[in-house]
Amino acid sequence: MFPADLPLRYRFLLRTYRWRRADAVPAARLRVPLADARVALVTSAGLVMPGDTPFDLAMKGGDWSYRTIDGDADIAGLDMHHKSDAFDGAPIAADRNVAFPLDRLRALAAAGEVGSVAPHHLSFMGSITLPEHLLRESAPAAADLLVADGVDVALLVPV
Amino acid sequence: MCHQTVSLVQVALERRGIVTVSLSVMPDITRTLAPPRALVVGAPLGAVMGAPHDAERHLAVLRRMLALTSRTDVPVVDQW
Repeated sequence: MFPADLPLRYRFLLRTYRWRRADAVPAARLRVPLADARVALVTSAGLVMPGDTPFDLAMKGGDWSYRTIDGDADIAGLDMHHKSDAFDGAPIAADRNVAFPLDRLRALAAAGEVGSVAPHHLSFMGSITLPEHLLRESAPAAADLLVADGVDVALLVPV
Repeated sequence: MCHQTVSLVQVALERRGIVTVSLSVMPDITRTLAPPRALVVGAPLGAVMGAPHDAERHLAVLRRMLALTSRTDVPVVDQW
C-alpha cells in the first residue's frame, strides 16, 4: 500500500528493497506530563538553516549527516536539499509545516498543550539507501544532542 | 527510504530515553520497520502533515501523535 503520488519505479524499488530494521528497544516513558514536556521535531525533508552546509545529493548511498534547526527559526527561510524525486516538493515549498511543523508545535506550546519547544530540532535527508553510517554515527550523535537539550518527546515526520 | 531513515533515527532517540512518535504514509513498510510508535495517515509523501497552510489539520495530526506518547506497549501502529 503506497501513497497515490508515489511513482511506479519507486513502488518496485520499495517492494524489493531489503529494509534495515533497528534492534528493538524498550519503550521510553514520559518523566513529566505532556504539559511540562519539552518537544523536538525530526524531519527527513533535507531542510537546512540559511547559510548552513547543504546535504550532498551526489553521495553514494545517500548523505547520512544531519543538521540542526534552531527552535526560534523562521521556517519559511529554510533551504531544502533533497535527492529524491519520489514526492512533489511544491507543498513543502509553499509551507514548510507540511514536513516540519515547527509553527504548529509553537502554537501547542503557547496553548500549554506541551511544555516547551526544544532549542534544537533535527533535519536529515531521507534518501539514504545505505544506512550503516546513519545507524552507527549520525543517529546516535543526534540523539546525544537532544538528550543534552533535555528533550522529553520527539515527533518525526518523513518525506 | 524516508520511512527507514526516520525509523532508524527514531529508535536511536528512544534508546536514549526520549519518547518518540513518527508519522507514516506507508503502513506495510512501517510494520516491517517496527518503530516504537507510529501514526499512519492517508496523505501524499510530500505533505504528510496535510495540505499547505491547513493549520487545523497540522495541529490535529500533532495532537494525535502526542496522544501516543503514553503508550508503552510498543511497537504501536495507530491508523488514522
